[in-house]
Parts: sequence; structure tokens; C-alpha cells
Amino acid sequence: MNLARVPISAWVGILFTGAFAIVALFAPLIAPYPMTLIVGDLWEPMSAEHLLGTDNLGRDLLSRMIYGARTTIFIAALATALSFSMGSILGFTAAVVGGWLDQGLSRFVDMLMAIPTLIFGLVVLSVLPTNLLTLILVMGILDSTRVYRLARAVAVDINVMDFVEAAKLRGEGRGWIIFREILPNALTPLVAELGLRFIFQVLFLSALSFLGLGVQPPEADWGGMVKENKEGIVFGIPAALIPAAAIAALAISVNLVADWVLNRTTSLKGGRGGE
Amino acid sequence: MGGAIARLIAQRIALGVLLLFAVSVLIFAGTQILPGDVAQSILGQSATPEAVANLREELGLNRPAVVRYFDWLGGILTGDLGRSLSNNRDIATAIGQRLGNTLFLAGVAAAVSVPLAIILGLIAVRYRNRWPDKMISAVTLASISLPEFFIGYLLIYLIAVQLGWFPSVSTVYDSMGFWERLSAVALPAATLTLVVLAHMMRMTRAAILNVMQSAYIETAELKGLSQFDIIRRHAFPNAVAPIVNVVMLNLAYLVVGVVVVEVIFVYPGMGQYLVDHVSKRDVPVVQACGLVFAAVYISLNIVADVVAIVSNPRLRHPK
Amino acid sequence: MANSLLDIRDLRIEATVYPPGEPPHDIVIVEGVSLTLEKGKVLGLIGESGAGKSTIGLSAMGYGRGGVRITGGEIFLNGRDIRKGGVAGLRKLRGREVCYVAQSAAAAFNPAHRLIDQVVEAAIEHGTANRAEARKRAVALFAKLGLPDPANFGNRYPHQVSGGQLQRAMTAMALCSKPDLIVFDEPTTALDVTTQIDVLAAIKEAIRDTGVAALYITHDLAVVAQVSDHIMVLRHGRQVEYGSADQIINAPRQDYTRALVSVRSIAHEEKAPSSTPLLSVRGVTASYGGALQVLKNVSVDIHKGQTLAVVGESGSGKSTLARVITGLLPPSEGTITFDGRPLPRRLAERSKDDLRQLQMIYQMADVAMNPRQTVRTIIGRPLEFYFGLRGEGRDRRIAELLDEIEMGKGFIDRYPAELSGGQKQRVCIARALAAKPKLIICDEVTSALDPLVADGILKLLLNLQAIEGAAYLFITHDLATVRAIADSIAVMYRGEVVRYGPKSQVLSPPFDAYTDLLLSSVPEMEIGWLEKAIAGRRMASAGN
Repeated sequence: MNLARVPISAWVGILFTGAFAIVALFAPLIAPYPMTLIVGDLWEPMSAEHLLGTDNLGRDLLSRMIYGARTTIFIAALATALSFSMGSILGFTAAVVGGWLDQGLSRFVDMLMAIPTLIFGLVVLSVLPTNLLTLILVMGILDSTRVYRLARAVAVDINVMDFVEAAKLRGEGRGWIIFREILPNALTPLVAELGLRFIFQVLFLSALSFLGLGVQPPEADWGGMVKENKEGIVFGIPAALIPAAAIAALAISVNLVADWVLNRTTSLKGGRGGE
Repeated sequence: MGGAIARLIAQRIALGVLLLFAVSVLIFAGTQILPGDVAQSILGQSATPEAVANLREELGLNRPAVVRYFDWLGGILTGDLGRSLSNNRDIATAIGQRLGNTLFLAGVAAAVSVPLAIILGLIAVRYRNRWPDKMISAVTLASISLPEFFIGYLLIYLIAVQLGWFPSVSTVYDSMGFWERLSAVALPAATLTLVVLAHMMRMTRAAILNVMQSAYIETAELKGLSQFDIIRRHAFPNAVAPIVNVVMLNLAYLVVGVVVVEVIFVYPGMGQYLVDHVSKRDVPVVQACGLVFAAVYISLNIVADVVAIVSNPRLRHPK
Repeated sequence: MANSLLDIRDLRIEATVYPPGEPPHDIVIVEGVSLTLEKGKVLGLIGESGAGKSTIGLSAMGYGRGGVRITGGEIFLNGRDIRKGGVAGLRKLRGREVCYVAQSAAAAFNPAHRLIDQVVEAAIEHGTANRAEARKRAVALFAKLGLPDPANFGNRYPHQVSGGQLQRAMTAMALCSKPDLIVFDEPTTALDVTTQIDVLAAIKEAIRDTGVAALYITHDLAVVAQVSDHIMVLRHGRQVEYGSADQIINAPRQDYTRALVSVRSIAHEEKAPSSTPLLSVRGVTASYGGALQVLKNVSVDIHKGQTLAVVGESGSGKSTLARVITGLLPPSEGTITFDGRPLPRRLAERSKDDLRQLQMIYQMADVAMNPRQTVRTIIGRPLEFYFGLRGEGRDRRIAELLDEIEMGKGFIDRYPAELSGGQKQRVCIARALAAKPKLIICDEVTSALDPLVADGILKLLLNLQAIEGAAYLFITHDLATVRAIADSIAVMYRGEVVRYGPKSQVLSPPFDAYTDLLLSSVPEMEIGWLEKAIAGRRMASAGN
């Protein structure tokens, strides 16, 4: 890969995504104040001491933003990992094995997808205990339906190609066919999808927290911080807009990277200019 | 000829009804059979065993799940959605009122966003790969990533607080006239419009481009037809179904987006109602709301499929 | 030049390409092409894929597909340079002075409208006829082009008529606005050979009767020889040779033209069958689940080191026969014997050695190889899988195989996308040979290739048969290929073998009706063949 050929938009995306990741990883080292310490009056304006001002309880907003990055990215990443591994393993298996397994799984996924994810999430969260594990499980499982559909569709497409038939006629086992013939060809579209799924998880988590059903206070996460500070808006205090903008910035930068990967994938289909 | 189409449509609707039943099972199962005791989780860990036992009795949790499901389903089919645990009010009445509000809000948003998205989509196709198209696609990429509350609070901050043009809280009541009501929902409708617009436009663009790249468009061009005639006579009849499909998918998306937007603007609709009762762990209300949302969602998808069936010349004129 | 209809001088056409991972740039796809066409004459444009023949044809309408632009030269139509008329000028001329007939009429008709409305559209649009006149004209053209029930044919929708009928309807559409010139872009390529001859005859007759001029684009020299007055041979966007049809076919001056004319003239002496066949298919019947039998009671033999060609049109069941033999589709009745022992019906029941003995080569080499594997893995895997060869021993054998397919070991680390179409098919052949099979099934292995490349592949297959002694089951729709390679032939029609035997016997009279139709439909590299063939057919049907 030639670095000079990476478009500027992708560079911006990579740069910002990287910055968010670093902030999330080293939150305790970077944050100027502890997450839950009350350091001043409520909704103090931006100052040298509190770069982004203080929040609805008088906590340093910048510090909470930094810890919030950690929570939001951590949960979204785990949920993405769960949805991805579950969705793609089941999707591949359904495509290669076929028959009743494929039918059963696919119909079940159809049914899950007939209910909007947020609505089903709310229904389930109304009875489940509120903790991180439940949250990650619910987010991961609900979203794995989309990964399943994509993985299955990609695998079904590849599975009917002549080179897979050639491998079957050679007498290759299921392992070789899945891992050596199908997987290498399915990887690029799936990786591009990974970014989109992560964005979706960030937005999903933020929505849940904003509705008061996601991460619970005093733990900081961006969606929850919007909820905490939303009363200030009508008084002209924009504190709630800062975490909201951070969510948007994270989503946009990941999107830029995903878009670039996706474009590379589609242009690869045309081959490498042989003849 | 008409018979085949009618049969296909009937099949599609029957499938939708079947799906709705399956969804009702899923929603019921989701709230009843999940690990943990519903009564316990409703009351919290500190509840006394007696209180839990009483609630179990009240919810009928001591009967088998299958019996309870059919009780619930029977109630729904006769219009009885049960009573709320938290305030003991009839759920059907409460939903009836709020569903009207939600549909009004979603309707206003759709009335603005659908024509706007189609027009912008057409512009993007017309100026494909030139600056209007590039700008539109850059803006869409960004706005697809924006959470609803960012747009919502930004609008409140700028338009309601700084400019004071519209109220920041969308209060509606029965005696309100249409125009008053419209002004009350202006900001939430604008938020919803912005949320779905980008997505709908991007998909419309793709749908029209797909048609415009067909060989029969080239044929029309090589007949010397004007650009306008090519679009009117050759592209449009084939683009209707995909565009309706795009619109329906996005309306379905809009119905979900309504939940968050209603909370932002404290609008008395279904979304607000659902979220309130999820926090109160009011299971009967949550089940009823979930089912209503799913029903709207499934119906929109059925409409999209029916339009696709009706507009397909292969089905309308079988061999 | 005063009375010439179309006069193209020093044409230059460029296109913008977007190679992955590289900045877009312009390439020249046609350069220095000049031609003239008199009223009522037909000029054939011939060349392999990438020769720029369609691009030149469309340039006569001032049209470029995708990013294709005319960047130099002059195009005079009826004395006016169409490049100077602007968009409005082009619109006036398209559909009125010059019309277009596409390769795939199925895609070129709008699925949403009735045929008649599309056929008359250009005539009405340009005001050359009112609706009633145009419809009358269309019905007359339907009748002339031999379409069934001409008065009502136009009321149908495109999906309601067959491919051959659509192609005629498209010709009617072009003729309906009484243009001076029609561009025919491979109008019969997508059709079965027995349909092709009828459409070809209909087109030729319509051209003669209406006095329209035509640019006839095709990759098949034998086809173009039937309809053209002049022929231009193109290669890589430049003209190779330009002359009268008679001169190009009978006295070509350039080596490239000579190669095109003499393509598929491989002489192959048929071998006598041995006493015990290698593979014996007996009474095989098969279906894809439904009641429809795709194969009905099929029996054929393949002898050691020989080639059985299975020939038929689309839907004849020839590819299904291959699936049954490989075990992908277990037959509902019948047996298959291989090397003296019965072969299990299902793939899963066959031993590794059974699988090794029976290899397959596919039509589309593009999708027959995993795009993420190098030539080393593609050819090396069967060596490893069947013979346990690894490391240096495996690489040595890969190099030998690459030599056998005339490519050399320099290709060992290439990916399929880095190979040309012919090279890809050669690698697939090497992969089959790596297993040291006794039988190789070749499913339309040359149909996706340009004629000269296909010729090379056929010669290679014959050489390899002489060296390695493998038998071939050669599935094809192309009788020229059959003549070139077969020892025995099975003609299939609607799931049945209608004629079977040694090549000399199958290809000599007396014929059954279908084989006769098939044989008489294959265009020959001979001017006037079409008239003879049609006359022969009329006589035959008059005799009945």
C-alpha cells in the first residue's frame, strides 16, 4: 500500500480515531481532575482552570469527557466485538452448512429484525438488571443480526463460485473451505462493515444512556452526560452540546476510515489490471 | 392477470401478520422468560419477600408462561392492553392519545423530508460527480453520524434559546388548533427531518443511479430523446418501486428516531411514554408499546413490498 | 466523398480509467481510424475484445459510454461534421438519421413499456411519422422480420417474448424511423446458434429491402462475412486491414487477419475406440428436485486418452451431465462405471482416489480460481492434497506444470487478477493436470475467450492429451470446436442424446432433423454461405 495514495479524508479519519483511542486508553493520566470530584459551582463557564467549564453538579467537564471517552469507546468496542464474532461465525456456518440450520437461523434473525433495535433494547432492558455486562450483551446480541445477514450473504455468494466447487470436487474438508477459500475473500467487506457497526454501537449506547437506561451515574459516558446537562440548554448553557459533539466527531472520523476501506474493497473487485 | 398479483399481495400481508404474531411471542418472551425474576427486578434488590410474592401474584407470574401469553394475546385482539402497574390506568386509552401525537409529529417530518430527499437525490444524480453531488454526499456522510440529541439540542440552543422563534418544549394539548400544533412540533419535526434526510437522499440517489445506468436508458438516449423525456418516460416508471422502498424504510427509521426526539422535546407521544415506563419497569406498558412500534414498522415494510409487487411489469403482465 | 453517407477521418477516442489505488488517468482506446460508408452499404467492424469496435460504432452517433470521449478527428454524416453540432445537433440525428441495435435487446428494452410504444417512439419524437403511421410501419416491419402475429406482437412486454424475437424487435425499432444508417452491435452474439441464423437472415433481408446502410460490429468473422460489403479488422483500437469482404476473407494481406480467417482449422484425426471404455454412463436420468427431467436416459462412453464432445444449445442438459458425472448431482436412475468399477453416485461417497482421477476445468477461469491465492497455491494444493508433495519437491513439480502449459515458472507468485484470460485458463488446466487424472471434464472452456486465444487453448489441450494420455469430456455449444478436438460426439437436445458415435460418423449424412439444423446453422468462413444455408432449409421444409 502506498501511503501517498491515501486520501486526505481518510487521513483525517485515522488521525481523529487514533486520538480518541489514545484519550480512552490513558484517561486517568490525561484527565486534570478525578471523574466524580466536585471542583466548583454548577455550570461554570470555560476558564483556564476548567477548559470546558463545569457540569450540572460542578464537576470538571473536560475530565468527565475524557473518562466518558473511555466508557463509551470501551463498551461500544466490546459490544462490536461480540456482535461481530457471533454474527459472522453463525453467518458463515449457516451459509456453508445450509439446510435446516440455515433456515432456522435466518428466520429467527428475520424475526428479530422485524422489531427496531432500539425498541427491542428498551423492552428487554425494562426487566433486566442495569449493569455493564447486561448492556454489552444486549447491544452485542441485537446488533449481531445485521452482521449475520451480511456475513451469510457474502459467504453464500462466495460459496457458489466455481473455485469453491473445485475445492469440493477435490475432496477438501469443511475447514479448508471455510478458512482457506471463503474467509480470505469475505474479509475485506466484513472489515469495512466493522467500522459501521462500531459507529452504530456508539450511537446506540449514547441513545440508551441519554434515555437513562444505559450507563448509570456517577459513571461518566457521553450519552449520559448529555442527559445530565440537558437542563442547562434552556438557560443558554451549551454544556450538553459538548459530549453530543464528541459523539458526532468520533462517529464521523470512524466513518471516514470505513468509507475509505469500503471504496478500496469495491475497486479491488475489478482485479489488479491484468490482461 | 390481476389474480396473480392479488394472490401475491395477500401472501405478503399474511406473512406480515404471521411475523407480527412471532414478534409478539418474542416481546413477551423478552420480558417474561429472561433470567431473573421479573417481580424482583421490578421492585429492586431491597424489596421484602412478601412484596415480591404479592407482585408475582398480581402479575399472574405463578401461572405457566404459555397461559399468560395467550391471555395477553387474547386481550390485545379484543383491544384490551391491560392496566399500567405504576398508575393502574388503562393502557389502550393512554396509547390511543399518544399514538395520535406521535403520528402527527412523524407525519409532519415525513411531509417535509420525503419530497426534500427526492429532490436532493435527483439533483445529486443530475450533477453526478460534480460539486453539488460531492457536497451533498459529504454532508450526508457527516449527518449519518450525528446522534439525534446533538441535532435536537443544537436546534434548541440556536433557534429556541438564542433566537426565540419556537418553544424549546413541545407541549401539545387537545384544544390546540392545527397551526398552533404545527408550531409546537416545528423543532422536533425539523430534528427528525435532518436525521432521516441524509440517509433517504443517499439511498434515493443510489436507486435512481441504478436505473439511469440501465441499458434501456442508453437506448432512449440513442433515440435522441430529451433529458426530460428520458427521465419522465424511461427512468421514472422503473424508479418508483425502489424509491418507495427507500421512503418506507426511512419512515420506519423515523418512527424509531421519534423515541429519542420526543424525550428531547418532552413531547407527549409514544416514545416518551415508552421510555418513562421502561425506567419504572412497568412491564405491561412496555410490552404494549413495543408491539405497537413493531406493528407500525412491519406495516411500513409491507407497504414497500406491495408497491414493489404492483409496479413490477413482470408480475403485472405475466407470460 | 460527396455521396458517402458516413465519413470518419483520423478518429481518436480516449477514456478516463480509475485503476484501484492509482490516480485516474486518460488512455487512448481508438487512434487513427478512418472509414467511409456509401448509402445502402454494410461495413463490418471486426476484432477481439478491447479492439474498440463498439466504441467506433457508437462514435458514429456521437456517443461515448462511461468516461469515453471523442478527442480527435472528424465524423461526417450526410456531409455534416456531427462533432460540431453540439448536444442539440446530436439529439436531432440520433434516432432519425442513425439508429442503434444493441447486443442484449433484453436489457436494451425498457421493462415497463409495451414493445410497440418503444418501437415507434423515435419516429414520433422526431416527427417523421404520426402515431398511426408509425404503428402501421412497425407492424409491417414485424411481419418482414418474421415475428409471429405481427399485428399484436407489439402489445407484449419485453419479458413476454424470447431473446431471438427481442433482437428482431430491436431491429424493427431501428428501422421504424427510416434512418440512413444503423449501428448493429453484436446483434446475434447472445443467441443460440440455430436462432442466430434466422435473425441474421432477417437482418440481412431488412437491410437489402430498405436500402439502409449499416455498421455491423462482431467478433465473429464468419458472421460478418455474410452481411458485409466491406470489412475493417481492428486490434487494440487501430485498424489492421480494411477492404472488401471478398478480399479480407479470401485474400487477407495482414498476418493478424490471416490468423483470424484460419481460426479453428485445427486438424485432428479421430482415434479408434478401445474395447473397454474408461467411463461408461448408462441410462442416466436426473432432475433438480422438480418433476422436470433435465437428463433423460443418457448413455455415453469415453475411451482412454480420447475426447468425447458433448454438444448442444442452452438448456440441452450438457452441463447437467457433467454435474452428474462429478457426483454434484446424484442421478435418479442409471449407473456410471469408471475404469471397470461402479462410481458412487454422490460426491461424499467417493474415495479420494476417485476424486483425483476425475478433474474439471470451467468456462469462467476468472471465478474458477480463488482470487486470494497465488498460482503456487492454486497448482500446488492438489499436489499436496493428493500426493503429499511439499516444499521444494512441490515447487519443482509446479515449475514442470507451468512449462507444460507454456507459461514458465516466472508466473508462480502471481495472483489470478495479474494474468490474462488465456493464461488464467492455462493455470486451470495445470491445476487439473496436477492431480494426474484419467479423465478431465472441460465445461465450455473456450467460450469466454477470444478466437485466437481459444485456438491456443485447444491446441494445448490436444498436445497435453498426447503427452499425458488423459481422456476429455468436452462440453461445448460450438461445432467448430467439436470438429477440432473430438474423437466421438454426442449431440444433446432437451436432455436427450439425439445422435452419438465416432466423429466421422456423427458429422456425415444421413442426419437426424436436429443435428442437421445444428450443423447447417454454424456460419462458415465463406461469402454467400448464409443464402445457401437458408435456401437449403427452405428446400428441406418444402420437401417435408
